[in-house]
Amino acid sequence: MTAVTVPRQAPDLREPKGWRRSKNRIMTVLMLLSFVLVIIPLGFVLFTVIAKGASTISWQFLTGSPIPPNVLPAGIGGMWPAILGTLLITGLATLMAVPLGILGAIYLNEYGGRNWLAALIGFMSDVMTGVPSIVMGLFIFSIWVLHFGYSGLAGAFALGCLMLPVVIRSSYEMLRLVPDPLREASYALGATKSRVTLTVVLPAALGGIVSGALLAVARAAGETAPLLFTILTVTTANPNVFSGANTSLPSQIFSNASQPYTGAQDRGWGAALTLIAICFILMIAARFVTARFTRYSR
Amino acid sequence: MKADPAGTAGSAPLAHKRPLGDRGFQILALASGLLVLVILVLIAVTTSQQAASWFSAEGLKIFTNNWDPATNQFGALAFIYGTAVTAVIAIIMAVPVSVGIALLLNEVVPYRWSRPIVYVIDLLAVVPSVVWGLWGILVFAPWIQHIYASIASGVNGIPVLGFFFGSPTSGASFFTAGIILAFMITPIVTSLSREVIATVPQIDKEGAYALGATRWEMITGAVWPHSQGGVVGAVLLGLGRAMGETIAAALVIGSSATITSRLFAPGYNMPAVIANQFGEASGVFRSALMGLGVLLFAFTIIINVLARGIVERSARRTRGA
Repeated sequence: MTAVTVPRQAPDLREPKGWRRSKNRIMTVLMLLSFVLVIIPLGFVLFTVIAKGASTISWQFLTGSPIPPNVLPAGIGGMWPAILGTLLITGLATLMAVPLGILGAIYLNEYGGRNWLAALIGFMSDVMTGVPSIVMGLFIFSIWVLHFGYSGLAGAFALGCLMLPVVIRSSYEMLRLVPDPLREASYALGATKSRVTLTVVLPAALGGIVSGALLAVARAAGETAPLLFTILTVTTANPNVFSGANTSLPSQIFSNASQPYTGAQDRGWGAALTLIAICFILMIAARFVTARFTRYSR
Repeated sequence: MKADPAGTAGSAPLAHKRPLGDRGFQILALASGLLVLVILVLIAVTTSQQAASWFSAEGLKIFTNNWDPATNQFGALAFIYGTAVTAVIAIIMAVPVSVGIALLLNEVVPYRWSRPIVYVIDLLAVVPSVVWGLWGILVFAPWIQHIYASIASGVNGIPVLGFFFGSPTSGASFFTAGIILAFMITPIVTSLSREVIATVPQIDKEGAYALGATRWEMITGAVWPHSQGGVVGAVLLGLGRAMGETIAAALVIGSSATITSRLFAPGYNMPAVIANQFGEASGVFRSALMGLGVLLFAFTIIINVLARGIVERSARRTRGA
């Protein structure tokens, strides 16, 4: 990456002239322009969400309940049911997907090695990251909701299915970075493989694994599609995540976005700002963990 | 892919006597790995079961353009068409930008500048789909509507342009959905292209510079031949994402099951119709929506297997060289 600077230091008479130089300049400008093209919509979205959401958000909005009907203006009731639902459902999904994902990655890197099964699982787990989130919702609807009804748990299953392959991939990458001499030294002391994995390899990779898991949680917290047919969208707080219909911030934004009433739209913007804040906090936490606790990196 | 130079994996250190806990942990890890395969198989089986009555009731008529729940007509061609159109629009806009940023990061800017750029791209990836949708329908669509209208009146009567960009126009349309999807798939295409481009051997680049190449000539001569396979894979993965992205599309696509060449007209795609209509559906209607999910699952699995295969093969070739 740094070799790029070498020709710049070469004497000027080597600098290509005419059309070749112009073309080089044009393409460099186009590359810079492509980055600008990405900043504009991102900045526009963040600005709008903050500008419109900030006027709606208040202590009342964050902790009030229930969520009022669409026709009522903002300032009545609050988003607490949705905030609670998002926290509970995402938390439950994390409790399911992160340990299983780390164990799966341990199988791939520590036990599977180069055998065909590990190769297949690794490949299919990458493929699974591409399964549309709405399909996960339909899947949990068919396998769970049809038999046991709508609940936060069903939503957590759907989010967990989405997170699992992401956690496997990021944990696997981190385990791969742990140097083999560490393992060999532990074996030489007579430790069993599970002990080596749990007390030497896993702690060495933990920073990166936690950081990857936090990013997966941030993505899952913003997912709407898998929740539509698994938790429904209610307006009162349901702290029992194991039974009864629930709601979440993304579901509320979705149902408010297509409403003609300004009160509903304001609530949508307020919920969007709350959701983005949650996602960004998770992302910043991931960065912090990476910067502070990662021992081995690429 | 499986780097294990010391050969420790798969063979226990002192193989003859392994404690029960050790064996149990291995089985636990294996089971977690197998869970991925189990879930994928279960998705295919359970959703197909639910969709069976649609497939058997309509047969090949599922590929006709005739969607009318009121009279139990469930031909899904309009949704398949809309999915393809929006995904292609998204890819055409996102790929040049993504590859441009990937090249910018790897070949142009110094390391200390590349980190903030990566942060911004990651930020883009963390903005939830539904927030893109909310912004798309309440802010972006009303604004771009006027641009569509003036373009449409401008190209009126011109053969090819009029065919694609003529009226009717609407803020919520195929094209708006395509633009929003393009924003959403840019991070993944960028980061995958970046990984691929980073594998180009330094010696090739230095060789190109030593022959007097400009940076752009170095990119086309040394970087591109090495990374084109992987970039094609990255583009396919982006296509898969664009096809399956639901909520943003559901809000901005316009919800009209029509097949038209007019890109500024409202349309519909598969994930959006599932999201919007599943709640009130039952019987064959629900089965039809479930069937759309099965088709979507099949399409994205095929695209992802292809793409991952291409990425992996090109990565292996680069490493082997």
